[in-house]
This record gives sequence, structure tokens and C-alpha cells, in this order.
Amino acid sequence: MNFFWDLLLGGLTRGSIYALIALGYTMVYGILQLINFAHGEIYMLGAFTALIVASILTMQGLTGLPVLILAGLVAVLYASAYGFTVEKIAYKPLRQASRLSPLISAIGMSIFLQNYVMLAQTSDFLPFPNLLPPSDFLDAISVWIGPSDFVIIVTSAVVMIALSLLLKFTKMGRAMRATAQDREMAMLTGVDVNRIISRTFIIGSALAAIGGILIASHVGRINFYIGFNAGIKAFTAAVLGGIGSIPGAMLGGLVLGLAESFGTGYISSDYESVFAFAILILILIFKPDGILGRSSQQKV
Amino acid sequence: MKNKNLFRWTAVAVLLFFFVAASYAEKADTIKIGVAGSHTGDLASYGLPSVRAAELIVKNLNAKGGLLGKKLELIVEDEACKPELATNVATKLVSAHAHAVIGHICSGATKAALGTYKDAGIIVISPSATSPELTHSGQYPNFHRTIAPDDAQGKLVADFATKTLKLRKFAVLHDKGDYGKGFAEYAKKFLEASPEVKVVLYEGLTPGAVDYSAIVQKIRYSGAEAVVYGGYHPEAASVVQLMRRRNMKTVFISDDGVKDQTFIKVAGRAAEGVYASGPKDTTKNPLAIAAISEHKKAYGAEPGAFYLNAYSATLALVNAIAKAKSTKYAAVHKALRTYPTDTPLGKIKFSVGGDAIGVGFSMYQVKNGVYTEIK
Repeated sequence: MNFFWDLLLGGLTRGSIYALIALGYTMVYGILQLINFAHGEIYMLGAFTALIVASILTMQGLTGLPVLILAGLVAVLYASAYGFTVEKIAYKPLRQASRLSPLISAIGMSIFLQNYVMLAQTSDFLPFPNLLPPSDFLDAISVWIGPSDFVIIVTSAVVMIALSLLLKFTKMGRAMRATAQDREMAMLTGVDVNRIISRTFIIGSALAAIGGILIASHVGRINFYIGFNAGIKAFTAAVLGGIGSIPGAMLGGLVLGLAESFGTGYISSDYESVFAFAILILILIFKPDGILGRSSQQKV
Repeated sequence: MKNKNLFRWTAVAVLLFFFVAASYAEKADTIKIGVAGSHTGDLASYGLPSVRAAELIVKNLNAKGGLLGKKLELIVEDEACKPELATNVATKLVSAHAHAVIGHICSGATKAALGTYKDAGIIVISPSATSPELTHSGQYPNFHRTIAPDDAQGKLVADFATKTLKLRKFAVLHDKGDYGKGFAEYAKKFLEASPEVKVVLYEGLTPGAVDYSAIVQKIRYSGAEAVVYGGYHPEAASVVQLMRRRNMKTVFISDDGVKDQTFIKVAGRAAEGVYASGPKDTTKNPLAIAAISEHKKAYGAEPGAFYLNAYSATLALVNAIAKAKSTKYAAVHKALRTYPTDTPLGKIKFSVGGDAIGVGFSMYQVKNGVYTEIK
């Protein structure tokens, strides 16, 4: 039973990270019908920024919680700025082009960002410090749950609840939902669609950066390429949950994380990715729009 | 018509015989050493350093009057690491009456050529062919090598873990890649060779995965005393960190892919106490330093891959011929196994199977942030 509990926690941890990144995919897809392949790179940039800021602060003699908060804040701001800029440079000029063009532009952006970080930083793996300050509370619960697992699950839950509230109850959230439902109609009712799109990218990037910092601190290493694998898995999670659906992305991430964790634990880690994608295929066979996806007619 | 053909073939045969006889008569009083390997093509960089090593040694020896009163002569043949060309090269060297061969470079080509050399009674010493079966199968008594076979790391790690550390329960993991999985398979085989040892977990993990918590939990619940990991340092660093964060004291033992300073940099404090196998340190060997500076003087560049192995192979061969006072197969074969030679790779002689004793890997342990060789 203990083993089951540990696998469950591991799956939730991993799934929360997938969910945080998947939200960015699904939000952008909901509004633009675009798969933002550069999203995984934003996650990687977030982690890198946090590492750089944390190193600088540590050199200045700061330790503990202030480092974590400052590094996290700067990383989120920086990644959001990247998300915003990527949209302006790579997608906005192609808004009226066929759907294939921004997709290719996204792949190009992804390759560009990867190589940019590789050249500007390093192609080696870098150690990522455990930014969690030691605390009595975390020590006390470490019997049941690893401190970083706990922080990841709690943080993701808080962030996802906040996002849901934002979408449901604020004016901006309403505008975003309206844009997702029908962009032209939203425009007619006075929604500044371009601004909404920018904000979507900013929010998605911020979530990815949070995911990046959390997981990098958990596994303890990063390099320029971590965004690729995480991006693919998160994209899978988004499709699994129903791309375009916010709760779907969260659910998809958790399902994927749990499937990998239990698959590894009870069968074999050789097949980790096989489980992930077998689940995806199975669900898509029975629910082609994903678990929570609404089966909508393709707009022509 | 028939007569005409017969006449033609006779003429060709006579001519051929004439050439063979002439070249044989001309160079009868030299000791001929074939140097075979990839000197062109994609893998030329593996083969050319061996040619240079042999050339340097032969030049030095000839300047001092040669060996057994005869000059040494090199016959350099290229097979581009292709097995089908390697058999041709072997036939060529046999008909040129080579006394011994330094080569070949790639395992596949070496294997293809060995039968021909064996039938002709020619000693072969390869600087780089690592396929275990070449020495372990017993099929090629004429074969020797100055590099450790592929399974040497697995054997060393298994022996170290069971005999030195006296551990009994193992989790063997790998990264599903050629190198890591190969190592893990050999390690598992050698671990299970001792009846009291149990491999409780044998699995591959996914390189570049977001998290390795699940496999770490599996290690924890398997009750393994030690993890033997085949692969490279990035994944190893994550697994070790996750293990130490869960306060698991499980011993971590790995291969040359992890014996890298980056591993220690990334894993930080978690790296302390980790064991890894790696090539023996030859940088402080005066003969190695001399061989490298000799190469720099002659060719104006750093030597390439397997240079020291080829240098040692040639030295061992020359020494064996000198000690045997003959180039006869049986005498040289015995001398290679009896008399140790000082080489850039250390003092070496050959085992019954043909592996160089004392060449290969050592165990290292991370102590205070550096890999230290365990003597």
C-alpha cells in the first residue's frame, strides 16, 4: 500500500507539471486554433532564468525563501515577456495566413529558442539548486511525501484554482472565453481581441515558467533541451483532456502523469512512454475530442 | 579454342609466380609487420593513429639496427573497417609473408580477417577491437589486443560490488541506449554468476524524462542494496539526487559514461560516494608522455584515437619477437604470454585468451567532489 501511495504522489507531481504546461497549449489553441510548439521552450527559459537569478542572489549572500520568491518572480515575468514577444513576432503577422503557416513558424521559434539558449548559456547540463528552504513543517511531512513533491502539488493546485477563478469571474476571463468561442463575434461586441491573445500568451507562459522552476528544482538539473520532452508530454496531455478545454488540460496532465507513474511502478519503466501514448490512443478511439473536449463541428 | 585458353592461363600463372618469387626473394631478410585497419573513409580517424604509432616505433628500431639483426618493414593495408575488404587485406598480407599484424581496427573487420591469419599462423594484435567474443570464444588463438573488451567494465563493476563491497541485492538500470544497455547486460550477467547474488530489478529508464521519482520508488521498495546504472551522467545525476533526497543510502555504481566531472557538478553533494568505472589513468606514465611528444614532434599534432593502444601493441610485439629470438608463431605466441613489456599503457603481458592483462578499467569513487581511483 505504501508503494501505491508513493507512486500516486509521484504521478500527481509529474502530472501537475504536465498540467501546468498543458494549460498554455490548450488556452492558445482555444483562442487561435494554433499549436504553439514554442511553448516547451518557454518552460525551459523560465527554469533557466530562475537558475540565473538564483545564482546571482546566492552570490550576493541571500539564502532561503527570498531567493526562491525573487527568482520565481523574475522567471515568471521574463518568461511572460518571451511568450508575449514570440506571439508578436512569430504569430501575429500570420494571423490571416493559412493555419499551416503559424504552425511552421512555431516550430521555427522552438528551434530558434533552443539554439539561442544553447549558444548563450551552455550545451552542458547545469545543476539546479534545491530552492526550497528547509522548514520544520516540510521535515515533519517528509515521512509521507517528499518536500518538493508537496510544494509542486500544492503550488500547481493553487495556480490552477486561481486561473479557473480568473477565467470565470473577471472581465478579462469573460473576454477570453468569448474570444475562444467566437473570435469575430467577440470583436463585434467590443473585445480587443489582439490584447486578449497577448494576455493568453502571457498567462500561459507564466504557468509554464512556474512548472519549469518547480520541476527543475525537483530533479536538480537543466539544459537547453528539457523543453522538448516536457512540451511533447504536455501537448499529449492537452490532447488527452480535450484540446481547448481548460479543465481538460488539468485532467489530461494528471491522467498522463499517473499512467506513467503506475506503469513504471507496476510493470516496467522500459515502457513509460508506451503507457502514456497507449492511453492517449485508447481515449482518442473512444472519445476523439479528448476526455472533456466538446465535439464541435469544424468551423469553415 | 580449348588449347588457346589453357595456354593463356598457363601464361598468367607463370607470370604471377614470377612476381611472387621476385618480391619474396628481394625482401627475404626483413621482419614484416602488417598494419591493417581503416585508413580511409568515415572511420579513418580510428585507424591512422595506429599506422603512425607503428611507423614511429619501426623508425626508431631501424635506426638502432633493427631486430634480430634484420630491418623491420611495415606493410600498411586499408580496409575502411569493412569486413569484406578485411578478408582481402588478410589474404594480401599472408601472401606478402607478413610475420605479424597490428590490427584490425573495427571488431567486425577483425573477425572477418582473423580466420585467414589463423590458418597462416600469423600473430595479430589489435589496438581497438573490443568485441568480447574475439578473445573469449577460444576460436582465435592468434588474436591479442591492447584494449579492454566491451564486457570488461561490466565484469569489473560486478566483481567490485560483490567482492570488495560485499553487496548481495542489486537493481540494474540502464538508459536503453547501446552503450548503457550493453554495460547493464554484462553487469547483470556477471552479477548473477555468483549464486548468492540477486538482481531484484532490471529496467530501462527514459532519457530526458521530466521526472524519475517512480523508478526511484521502485528501487526503494525492491530492497536493493545497490544500483548498478548503465548510461550517461545526466540521468544518473537525477536518479542519485532523487535517491538521496528520499534519504536512501543505496550504493550507486556506474560506468565510464558517469565518470565525468559534469556528473559531480550537477549532482553536487548527492554525488559523494558514488562509484564509477573508467579507463586507467595513463597520463602520468612517462612512456605515454614520451610517445605523445614523439608524435607531436613527427607530425606536429596531438595523436588520435587508439594511438597509445597501437603504440603498446607494437612495442609488445617487437619485445616478444626479441625475447623469442624468432618470428616463428609458436615462439612469439609464448613470449607474448610470458614476458611483460613496459608500454604507455603500463606493464602488460597477455592472458591465455589474448587480452592484455593490466589494461583497461579501474574503479573510481567520488570523494570531496572529485573522482579518485580506488587502488
